[in-house]
Amino acid sequence: MSNELTLDKTDGHTPTIGEPLLQLSGLQKHFPVMDGFLFKRQVGAVHAVDGVDLTVHANESVGLVGESGCGKSTLGRLVTRLYEPTAGTITYAGQDISHAGRKQLAPIRSEIQMIFQDPYSSLNPRQTVGAIIGAPMEINGINPPGGIQKKVQELLETVGLNPEHYNRFPHEFSGGQRQRIGVARALSLSPKLIVADEPVSALDVSIQAQVVNLLQQLQKDLGIAFLFIAHDLAIVRHFSQRVAVMYLGKIVEIADRQSLYESPRHPYTHALLSAVPEADPDDDRERIRLVGDVPSPINPPSGCRFRTRCWKAQEKCATEEPPLVQLSGNLDGHLTACHFPEDGGLAAAPAAV
Amino acid sequence: MTTQAKPEETAAPGGSSSFLSVRDLSVRFRTEDGVVRAVDNLSFEVERGTTLGIVGESGSGKSVTNLAILGLHNPANSEITGSIKLAGQELVGAPNKELEKLRGHTMSMIFQDPLTALSPFHTIGAQIGETYRKHTGASKKEARDRSIEMLTKVGIPQPTTRVDDFPHQFSGGMRQRAMIAMSLVCDPALVIADEPTTALDVTVQAQILDLLKELQQEMGTAIILITHDLGVVAKTAKDIMVMYAGRAVERGTVREVLKAPQHPYTWGLLSSMPNLTGPVGVPLRPVRGTPPSLINLPTGCPFNPRCDHLEQVIGGKCTTERPPLAPEAGHATACHLSSGQKQEIFIDQIQPRLG
Repeated sequence: MSNELTLDKTDGHTPTIGEPLLQLSGLQKHFPVMDGFLFKRQVGAVHAVDGVDLTVHANESVGLVGESGCGKSTLGRLVTRLYEPTAGTITYAGQDISHAGRKQLAPIRSEIQMIFQDPYSSLNPRQTVGAIIGAPMEINGINPPGGIQKKVQELLETVGLNPEHYNRFPHEFSGGQRQRIGVARALSLSPKLIVADEPVSALDVSIQAQVVNLLQQLQKDLGIAFLFIAHDLAIVRHFSQRVAVMYLGKIVEIADRQSLYESPRHPYTHALLSAVPEADPDDDRERIRLVGDVPSPINPPSGCRFRTRCWKAQEKCATEEPPLVQLSGNLDGHLTACHFPEDGGLAAAPAAV
Repeated sequence: MTTQAKPEETAAPGGSSSFLSVRDLSVRFRTEDGVVRAVDNLSFEVERGTTLGIVGESGSGKSVTNLAILGLHNPANSEITGSIKLAGQELVGAPNKELEKLRGHTMSMIFQDPLTALSPFHTIGAQIGETYRKHTGASKKEARDRSIEMLTKVGIPQPTTRVDDFPHQFSGGMRQRAMIAMSLVCDPALVIADEPTTALDVTVQAQILDLLKELQQEMGTAIILITHDLGVVAKTAKDIMVMYAGRAVERGTVREVLKAPQHPYTWGLLSSMPNLTGPVGVPLRPVRGTPPSLINLPTGCPFNPRCDHLEQVIGGKCTTERPPLAPEAGHATACHLSSGQKQEIFIDQIQPRLG
């Protein structure tokens, strides 16, 4: 394989904090919908991700929240290039990887790793823990000092498991321990970016906190950037410095966590936040009741996609798509896509339609 | 078990007027590895028109308790002792024929995952109507009208056409609404909701919880809400029971348990959950370790291997003696710490963490 075809591995210099590591611009993924007998024709497309601009800086954790079906998992899979984008570009450390081939991607793949949601189905039941965690190193031909086994045992210790459990099988571990194995596997190639797709939603509350703490510690110690996909707003707030809210394939609001959680400007963000139940019997925040469900991404509404469930929707919302811009009175980096934004206070909850 | 009289007419013996009264319930399963004590000496009560929230980790016995109330355990491999009285009628050991009359009629269940709980081969209307026809002997036509009425009640748009749809044509939230319609079709006096919103998004979760509350106010149903989300309980329940390893470790009203929790496990649960306003720089405080095996429970208090307050108990009773749930009524905990100590630890160490 000639050297020209492979992209340069970015090692040599670790990007400092603030340097953009991953840049998505106008990213789209449409899945074709086929119909017809014998001769299949494309009759439509699921607009799973439809024009997303997002930057993840080195050593930063970006949270991605939204309802199921909003395209957040598809976006995660695009970033790891498990899917090929329909349009738009993915730039990783200055290199365009949106359509890079398998061989070209190989050196980059080791730097972008993924942690999956379900610790029960993401580990091979026939392989020992040692084989599972060691596999990425074997595949990439990496021979760490002291051998793969020693490195695996170090990793097990890093994620809080007993290194002697090297020869055990996944079924011998509990859900939280399995998720730790998944984390150790993601760490085995010293990645710079980890896409964590709902890493704790399959775990019990007390175990959730253990795994969140582990991830946070790793982020601090190893300087790994995270794209943290979750639907639990409280956990995202705890873990991510910046948070993006997705609705039907688009980012509707993005801001640093304080700004987003304290003064949301998009009605959808406001509704999401108000729907989170807090374990406080005195919590008397007024709840916004959204009616109906997320519309079908095969045929998304014209203009603003949230307008079918929005209590502020007017004619303009159906004809003109609101751009993702910084509204007056917002901090730097707080972008909102809305024609009639909220005034930013959490108290002003209007009656829902 | 010769309770032939209508349940409502039989006065509950022992002076307890509760609608559902569970006393010393134990459920054991025989497995190859040994006997699993899934529920151990559990007692609780639910009044008409109120909601009891049961909180706990997976494997704490929440679902097993409720399947025992419905009589859904296989007698071949399970052993149920104690007493479950529904409006005075004893359910433990009742013949299956009796229970069949009650299931779906007097008591019903809302399952966690509506996609697996609904049959993909039958229309929504047929599935809702089936229960109604069985218990009332109504005709197909009447059952269909009743299904439409129920779908309207739970807020499904265009119920007259949707009644003939199959489950796959419904979205997740609508399926859960259909499940609720199905469980309420005979106006049951007791509804058991097993994690009714866990599979749903927050916005839909809020809709479903509001719906359950409205229907409860309208029909005076008693609800048992099983969940692991303390936020959901805070919004909907009147009383909470926290379960750990098949036993109740804390019980009280929502305000008592969430505002002034007294058991180390409840403290752990509360401080391991991030909230929307707390500080973000500090790590969460999880309960360390993992839940115990129900085959081989730790001696003494089953929570002792994960508890931070062992040394504060005089005489090391935690590893030798199992604490009872005390006092008998009101806010109760199963812990050897004295109530003064609990108060002090909560105010000094736990409350500041909760923000």
